[in-house]
Amino acid sequence: MEFSNKYILGFSLALCLVSSLVVSTVHVNVREKQIENAAADQKSQVLQVAGLLAAGEKLESEEIDAYFEEIEILIVNRVSGEIIEGADADVDSRSAAKTTAGGSDAPEVHAKATGVKRLANELRAYRIQVEGHECLVLEISGNGLWSTLLGYIALSPDTLEVRGITYYSHKETPGLGGEVDNPRWKAQWPGKRALNADGDVLIEVIKGKAKDKDRQVDGLSGATITTRGVNNMLKLWLGEHGYGPFLAKQRGAL
Amino acid sequence: MNKATKAILVDPLHVKNPITLQVLGICSALAVTTKVETSLVMSAALTFVLVLSNFSISVLRNKIPGSVRIITQLSIIASLVIVADQILQAYFYDVSKELTVFVGLIITNCIVMGRAEAFAMANPPGKSALDGLSNAIGYSWILIVVGLFRELLGSGEILGRTVFATTAEGGWYVPNGLMVLSPSAFFIIGMIIWVQRTLTPDMNEEA
Repeated sequence: MEFSNKYILGFSLALCLVSSLVVSTVHVNVREKQIENAAADQKSQVLQVAGLLAAGEKLESEEIDAYFEEIEILIVNRVSGEIIEGADADVDSRSAAKTTAGGSDAPEVHAKATGVKRLANELRAYRIQVEGHECLVLEISGNGLWSTLLGYIALSPDTLEVRGITYYSHKETPGLGGEVDNPRWKAQWPGKRALNADGDVLIEVIKGKAKDKDRQVDGLSGATITTRGVNNMLKLWLGEHGYGPFLAKQRGAL
Repeated sequence: MNKATKAILVDPLHVKNPITLQVLGICSALAVTTKVETSLVMSAALTFVLVLSNFSISVLRNKIPGSVRIITQLSIIASLVIVADQILQAYFYDVSKELTVFVGLIITNCIVMGRAEAFAMANPPGKSALDGLSNAIGYSWILIVVGLFRELLGSGEILGRTVFATTAEGGWYVPNGLMVLSPSAFFIIGMIIWVQRTLTPDMNEEA
């Protein structure tokens, strides 16, 4: 059958209109649910790293919100370490870092080691005051082998001890680097020394079995580069260019 | 049920299986089959897309100008895939996180366009939908079998439940690390093809 050019144009236009209408209707209808899911997922990651939630355990969004009543979201000035009162808690520091006003270039050593090129001026931290689980939760990120790992680390209120670590987003090799989210590996972290009193980073993942059980974590076999990435990002985020000044203030306040 | 309808329904499961005979859709069969759960969700998503795309393309088949037919098919398929992806993100958030881009990549899954071009453009909507369904099932059963083997041998579990207690948890089973990597799906699909061709010698090409 021959079709005129006019018909073809009209047909294409109609098809585009109908398709976009269908897609946008669906999107508008489920968008709220998606945002809710993503927010609940983030929150349950924070609960997990603080040890309030076992890995793989699911909570209803009301239960998560109930926990969050007792969790204080802090927005921290990265350089001075001061807590900024009344700041918008929903700020996304990773995208803010990319703007000229919201961030500054990371020191080259760290940028090379972690792939984090820009550091936000304002960082987010969570202060958890649920009894028996008091801790500070910090956001960490950095390159592994294939991907950027995004996660949280929980420190004791005096900032010296690790309470937990978790990665909620990464694309490392399953079974090798992907084991960073293996609950058994993560179980080694609580109780390790994170920092000394001067704020130097002590915690590290080493190749093979940990020798200094106080501050070292067993390496993941077959995942040298991923574990190096974990070390590098801890050095950045717990160090002076990351949460260091904030952590020093927290130690001083005690 | 007459013979032709039966052929539409049964052939794609075995003698015209999209994965093992036509070797289409291999990319996703390698990527998402580390676990049974992801295989199941991927199968469901593909079934949804394939049935509806075959149906709607067949409804329009006499209205689609030949010169723009491929892009027309693609727009329909792409819209359906986005709908499927959006629904997964809203109601199966955890699984959709694991499937990542592979739901979106259904757009480029050769099975979908293959069926649209080869079947839906030439057959009425009812038959086309049926053809989509049976091809999706043909794809799904391979995915699920591969997922079963990979999850069982790779992590000693099926649907997240421990079947073989692994050594790391104090059991006896040493997980086969290869099984969690994509190439293992090649071995399993290869073995399925081997079994299939041994059972049905007609499938063998002349040497």
